[in-house]
Amino acid sequence: MTDSTDKEALVRVEGVHKIYTRGSEKIDVLQNLDLKVPEGDFLALMGPSGSGKTTLLNLIGGLDRPTSGVVAVAGERVDKASGRQLAKWRSRHIGFVFQFYNLLPVLTAERNVELPLLLTTLSRKQRAKHVATALDVVGLANRAKHYPRQLSGGQEQRVGIARAIVSDPTLLLCDEPTGDLDSKSGDEILDLLVALNRDHGKTIIMVTHDPHAAARAQRTVYLNKGMLMSEAEIAEMRAAEAVA
Amino acid sequence: MFSWISQVFMVSWFNLRNLKERLGTSLSTVVGVAGVVLVFVAVLSIANGFRTTMSSTGDEKTVIVMRSGATDEMSSGFGNDTAKIIGDAPGILRKDGIAVSSAELYVIVDVPKIGTDTPANVPLRGVSATAPEVRGTFEIVEGRMFEPGKNEIIVGSAASTQFVGLEVGADHRWGENTWRVVGIFDNGGTVEDSEIWADVKVLQPAYRRGNSYQSVHVRLESADAYDAFKDALTTDPRVNVKIEKKSDYHSGQSTFLSATILVLGLVIGVLMGFGAVFGALNTMYTAVSTRTREIATLRALGFGAGPVVISVLVESLMLATLGGLIGSGLAYFVFNGFQAATLNWQTFSQVAFAFAVTPPLLIGGLVYAVAMGFVGGLFPAIRAARLPVATALREL
Ligand SMILES: Nc1ncnc2c1ncn2[C@@H]1O[C@H](COP(=O)(O)OP(=O)(O)O)[C@@H](O)[C@H]1O
Ligand SMILES: [Mg+2]
Repeated sequence: MTDSTDKEALVRVEGVHKIYTRGSEKIDVLQNLDLKVPEGDFLALMGPSGSGKTTLLNLIGGLDRPTSGVVAVAGERVDKASGRQLAKWRSRHIGFVFQFYNLLPVLTAERNVELPLLLTTLSRKQRAKHVATALDVVGLANRAKHYPRQLSGGQEQRVGIARAIVSDPTLLLCDEPTGDLDSKSGDEILDLLVALNRDHGKTIIMVTHDPHAAARAQRTVYLNKGMLMSEAEIAEMRAAEAVA
Repeated sequence: MFSWISQVFMVSWFNLRNLKERLGTSLSTVVGVAGVVLVFVAVLSIANGFRTTMSSTGDEKTVIVMRSGATDEMSSGFGNDTAKIIGDAPGILRKDGIAVSSAELYVIVDVPKIGTDTPANVPLRGVSATAPEVRGTFEIVEGRMFEPGKNEIIVGSAASTQFVGLEVGADHRWGENTWRVVGIFDNGGTVEDSEIWADVKVLQPAYRRGNSYQSVHVRLESADAYDAFKDALTTDPRVNVKIEKKSDYHSGQSTFLSATILVLGLVIGVLMGFGAVFGALNTMYTAVSTRTREIATLRALGFGAGPVVISVLVESLMLATLGGLIGSGLAYFVFNGFQAATLNWQTFSQVAFAFAVTPPLLIGGLVYAVAMGFVGGLFPAIRAARLPVATALREL
């Protein structure tokens, strides 16, 4: 456990193991990992490359299943659901923001943002309204008809965020959202995430290995050798290493 | 359900929008399938055309009489007395008291084929004066009919275009005689258009056949008269003959060759089909792998596996159908009506015929194309759907 709050946890990860087997080799990525994320939290997840940050995010987002342990989001057991159930569940509860944006190059910004709404029963008109709102929130109302290749990296990522929030999901999962951006565009993205958390009450888990980015979150946890540590524990460990 | 169908449409549409980035491989699939369908339809149109020519020879009222046990005119034979008895049988159409019946002789002559110049076996048929009336479809299209008793021949319209030196006025030395071409006849697109005709009375001595014949061709009063005609002759103790409707006789002669061509066409079609399917597989695997991250992204957003499978299949079916249409279209415009001649192994004589690209054949070609597209798209589609989303998202 890293942190505890009195609020009921929106995300509950308990005793999770994740083992990848590549040929005869077994990689213990996550070992007996526990994590609670309360509603309204903005959590930064840090750790060295290859420490399992993306793996953990994928488990919470229902893109992958733990080898053992419990993953629950908003009271639903993600680790137990079938592939078909998960697809439906993701469309309702999870907004993904990817490092490389993952926009469809053949679609305009507004069509990209509309994608998650195609899985709902909303009418074309309602969808257009939601899309306009989302693009407005990310400050790209005037770029709606642009194709991804006509946008800068920062703008593409803002379209990515608009797509993640357009269906008003329970949880935003961002995997190194500023990892491919210069610091100015990165700051704008972080401003946007902070505003979404503060003004719209969005719960956000953000993977990053930039301490400057992590500082914008409400709190930070560190993933190291398959286990989570708090800032204090990390500082302790560093001090011990320095002495030795 | 609605949402599922609209997902299929959307994902297929994203896929097809993507097509222009993969134009090269996609076009090669289209061309590959088109080539297979072209060859497939063309080869089968040969079998088709050959069979059509053979089976359209003779109608319900024309009957051929041969010696019992003969498999064809070559192996048949009887004397003048038998021919006379046949000509007197009941049921034969009579004009001015004369039976519409023609006793005939059938020999083979060597004539070079146009284009290859290799000698080919062409039937030279000796006929009686009533032969044109027996056929019913006979007409002289150039020159005139041969005169009885003279060394004159007339040439079938198909033979005249397939073999060297059969134009009106040309001379040929066959058997003991020198023959002069005096006319070109057309017998309604039948196998007899590949023949050369002479007066049977002139042909008999030229080939030292004395007074013998190989077949008698008759025209009946009506199709209903067939049974009576057949019964009368088969029960007549003086003769030993077999009676067949001419259309049945010629159809029977086409079975071996058309079945052989059919099998050949199917074998070639299937072998080439393998090539085209591998082409399609390659194209669709490429399509799937270039879109791996896109597909994974859609799946992460909540799009189902089914729409992904179908979108890949839709693309592959569309490419294959396009190829099928092009292949069938080319086969039709290039080969339909194309004139050719081949040796019929059952009679050892040349038959001229036209490639027949018929609607059922075109549909068959299209169905084959669709099948190739389905097989070529199925495995890549399944791979696309099976991609673990988390893994696929890591790919760049
Ligand atoms: N599908 C997989 N098969 C095998 N090993 C994997 C797979 N996915 C990730 N890994 C391994 O798991 C470890 C953690 O990966 P990841 O979660 O991407 O780390 P991070 O995001 O912290 O860089 C790495 O060593 C990676 O190579
Ligand atoms: Mg990562």
